[in-house]
Amino acid sequence: MNNRNYKQDFPVFSEYPQLVYLDNSATTQKPQTVLNAAEQYYRAENANPLRGLYDLSVKATEVYENARAAVRDFIGAASEREIIFTRNATESLNLIAYSWGRANIREGDEILLLISEHHSNLLPWQILARETGAKLRFLECGADGAYTPAALQNALTPNTRLFAAAQISNIFGRVNPIREFAEICHKNGTLIVCDGAQSIPHIPVNVQELDVDFLAFSGHKMLAPMGIGALYGKEALLDAMPPFLYGGEMIESVTRESATYAELPHKFEAGTVNAGGAAGLHAAIRYLREVGFDEIRRREDALTALAFDGMKQIPHVRMIGADDPAEHHGILTFTIDGVHPHDVAAIFDADGIALRAGHHCAQPLHRHLGIPSTARMSIAFYNDEQDIKAFLSTLKTIRRRMGYD
Amino acid sequence: MTDQFYDEILLDHNMHPQHLHELPTATCSHAGVNPSCGDEITLHLDLSEGRITNGSFTGVGCAISQASADIMLDLMIGKTPQEALHLAELFSKMISGEITPEELESLEEAGALQNISRMPARVKCATLSWRTLQQLLSSYLSQ
Ligand SMILES: Cc1ncc(COP(=O)(O)O)c(C=O)c1O
Repeated sequence: MNNRNYKQDFPVFSEYPQLVYLDNSATTQKPQTVLNAAEQYYRAENANPLRGLYDLSVKATEVYENARAAVRDFIGAASEREIIFTRNATESLNLIAYSWGRANIREGDEILLLISEHHSNLLPWQILARETGAKLRFLECGADGAYTPAALQNALTPNTRLFAAAQISNIFGRVNPIREFAEICHKNGTLIVCDGAQSIPHIPVNVQELDVDFLAFSGHKMLAPMGIGALYGKEALLDAMPPFLYGGEMIESVTRESATYAELPHKFEAGTVNAGGAAGLHAAIRYLREVGFDEIRRREDALTALAFDGMKQIPHVRMIGADDPAEHHGILTFTIDGVHPHDVAAIFDADGIALRAGHHCAQPLHRHLGIPSTARMSIAFYNDEQDIKAFLSTLKTIRRRMGYD
Repeated sequence: MTDQFYDEILLDHNMHPQHLHELPTATCSHAGVNPSCGDEITLHLDLSEGRITNGSFTGVGCAISQASADIMLDLMIGKTPQEALHLAELFSKMISGEITPEELESLEEAGALQNISRMPARVKCATLSWRTLQQLLSSYLSQ
């Protein structure tokens, strides 16, 4: 493994030199360059973007729109008109459900989801189905977390209008075959929504290669500040959709009774935008590019394998998902016989190791697997072998510390 | 064992709970959910003689919530609803750090959970069964 110490780039590890941070799927830490970009924006570039006619506002607009251009390039979209800034993946998914969903979904239509979807890619569709009389259906996976194109093919019906799936599940860490899914969906006249919240930080994502109709993701899981995220949508779809939120910034002209709306992408960005967050996101993209996805993959795969192999040797530790570390992309979800995941997390916390326990916003999946809750450690490229060793050495002690012999 | 993570009393109630079972003679049952983790326990009480003649709980939870439920039932069995509600009140006072030493005495083994007030993330786990008991008894008394 390349021995560059990436932690040096992240101030949190100078604040807490002993911190073992293994909750990267929940949110990543932020490199100095991202903090600098956000600060630089508020120090020297801040005015209300898209509004003013003076120099500083023009600068703010430039920062904001440059960030959009960077996102377009990062995910391989055809046009900046296809990039809508939102707060996070959740808001992006709600935007689709409220705007596209209410304009297009009718009673008797079907919406198909994966059983492993995060609540953020479930609840918006649940509500939409309830309000319109559409039917919500689920594609189920086995214990390895895999979904095959053939299973999707079998589940689609002439009434399936929309299929929504995470590219990487936040429990399994497994990559779903989104490109094949998209091809199957489109042959059936079904739109495909891809939740990229967990894939964007770990693998190169290109929306035109994947041919998805929508892609949602959050900046905070890819080194950027909280409160900035994005929605990609194919231009023809976005163009035909009504606005989601109404107010300033998204209009062309307004009379007492009516309004005409701004062009894409501003039609979907009502109110004052998060330009400082966008500046941070731009810096995060630049930093990720500099590190490079080859290096990110190499490091994350090596650390995942180290952790996975170590965990397999510890009695009473049970892994969730594939039996191959290469399928996990840094996400290792597990249980320990006889110890509740909350107690697992509390013991890790006492040893200075941050990881997560609970249902991870995927209650239907836990029910499907017959497990009430799990613990999850999740790796980023800036983690190192010491982190994994510390994790394994605490893991070994847990049953004993809970009173087992 | 020197490196046990929780207090001995707590670990013991978690490993060997006396009251974790169904209760065929129960006259009331009530479920409580810990919204932060989705864990759910159901409390079963036999109130046929106007007091808690027997009680049990079912469901899953972390060591703190399981031990807390077991300790609570140890304390509550034999009490009248009013006495039980008073003790539940004292338990809340203990968790918020406002309890007097005499009051703490009356909580018996439940005093082992006093330190939870220093683990804010776990307060909901410790109080789950007690809140469930309060809900059950309040609705019982208002009938
Ligand atoms: C797969 C997946 N989708 C959606 C989300 C929601 O992300 P956010 O809370 O940033 O909107 C998450 C993050 O928790 C996730 O893991």
